[in-house]
Amino acid sequence: MKSWNPRITALAAAAALLTAGLAACGPPASTSTGPAGAGSSAAAGQPSGTVTVFAAASLKATFSKLASDFEAKNPGSKVTLSFAGSSDLATQISQGAPADVFASADTRNMAKLADAGLLEGAETNFATNVLQIAVPPSNPASIAAFADLARPGVKVVVCASQVPCGAASDTVEKAAGVTLSPVSEESSVTDVLGKVASGEADAGLVYVTDVKGAGDKVKGIPFPEAGKAVNTYPIATVGSSRNKELAAAFIALVTGAEGRKTLAGAGFGAP
Amino acid sequence: MDLGRGSGYHGVPRWVYAIAAAGGVFVLLPLAAMAARVNWPQFIPLVTSESSLTALGLSLRTSAASTALCIIFGVPLALVLARSSFPGQRLLRAFVLLPLVLPPVVGGIALLYTFGRQGLLGRSLEAAGIQIAFSTTAVVLAQTFVALPFLVVSLEGALRTAGGRYEAVAATLGARPTTVLRRVTVPLVLPGLASGAVLSFARSLGEFGATLTFAGSLQGVTRTLPLEIYLQRETDADAAVALSLVLVAVAVTVVGLTYRRPGQKDQRSVPAGGTASGRMDGAR
Repeated sequence: MKSWNPRITALAAAAALLTAGLAACGPPASTSTGPAGAGSSAAAGQPSGTVTVFAAASLKATFSKLASDFEAKNPGSKVTLSFAGSSDLATQISQGAPADVFASADTRNMAKLADAGLLEGAETNFATNVLQIAVPPSNPASIAAFADLARPGVKVVVCASQVPCGAASDTVEKAAGVTLSPVSEESSVTDVLGKVASGEADAGLVYVTDVKGAGDKVKGIPFPEAGKAVNTYPIATVGSSRNKELAAAFIALVTGAEGRKTLAGAGFGAP
Repeated sequence: MDLGRGSGYHGVPRWVYAIAAAGGVFVLLPLAAMAARVNWPQFIPLVTSESSLTALGLSLRTSAASTALCIIFGVPLALVLARSSFPGQRLLRAFVLLPLVLPPVVGGIALLYTFGRQGLLGRSLEAAGIQIAFSTTAVVLAQTFVALPFLVVSLEGALRTAGGRYEAVAATLGARPTTVLRRVTVPLVLPGLASGAVLSFARSLGEFGATLTFAGSLQGVTRTLPLEIYLQRETDADAAVALSLVLVAVAVTVVGLTYRRPGQKDQRSVPAGGTASGRMDGAR
């Protein structure tokens, strides 16, 4: 019965670890609820705590700035940001991810959550975005207008129709009466931008804010047909939020004058 | 603690089974959960859509091509690493194995700066009229990059456990190095080569990050099955899940075909007749 020895020892060790872990877990859990509860009552109207914001990848620069503004304005509050494609975020939220605020790059993904009854109240549109042609700084294919993208030999990269920027590209294509034959249909606008910035592609269709955010790595060429496909960005409180007060305060900042100014600075249009 | 039980030891402590079962469940449960989510009535239409079939065909073709490239370059690499010694050998092995631990997207970026239009070799290739970016060739290169270490590791292990005795005998009998390689070494390590090739194929089939970064995504040209799944997920979760299951089925079939006999004992057959059966790792 020698083989029992190690088993018993292992079990005992596991049991010891478990009890030690439980013992260690106990006190901090109880003390941590103390300050949080006290904080929210003592602040008297000033919202505090943590707000988790799920935002479309294209909002990274603006929301990072707005989040630090928010934290400075509301001492005791903390904004946790998570950036990804809008449909990824919508899927995560519908699977129970702990988000307080959702900012989508299109109305479709917001509608998905609204239809599923996962939002608190109605969403607010806070920004718009349009497409722009991005070319490498040297503009090797001498692109000047949208029609130039259809010239043979020009390597154009766009978003796939399944993602918001691709749907916008399709609309613009139809509006311009130009048929593109892209060398690649990427699943995110970041990938399109990357292929242009690295010089792999001669041109790509991205958002005007992406061009602005990329600095001098790409050059932007605006075109009139872009106005046919305006992307609207909605923001809303998630129904399962545990801190709806703070979530509402953050949304107020984004949709207010300060948010407008930051967003406009990044190239976003008014809703 | 004394765990030894004397002769004929092949008992495993019972608690190990419990943990092993937990490990197995950890791998199998997500697969079962995915299978449970499949929209079975729509399964056939979903996986036989034109874009799905194109992606599957492309995946199988590119994976076969990259496996061939892995064999062409991996066999000599494994031979050099296992049978010779030279300064910097350990460093070479470390670098050859690097793609095993590298995030694939990093591999994609590295390939972009090598074969891309502005890349190290890409510029000369472009001047010669060869364009790799956004082509099926780029997919194959990305897959080969990530899959090569699997073949090299398997084969080097097989070569080392097989030892050099038969080769030495063949050489003393007057066989020249190329003859020894062809008639003795390769037949001897054929099982190791086969399992390495299968692993490479499976890894190529699943390749995603490097392809997305380096090759782009265009139906029929560069959009392999994993990329198609990633894209379908945006709009049609049912299609993505159905295709994922197809990929799992293909991978299980491919790996199962060669990995079904890990416990077989070495037959210790001399490869004189050209047949080498049995596993080499029992020889230790």
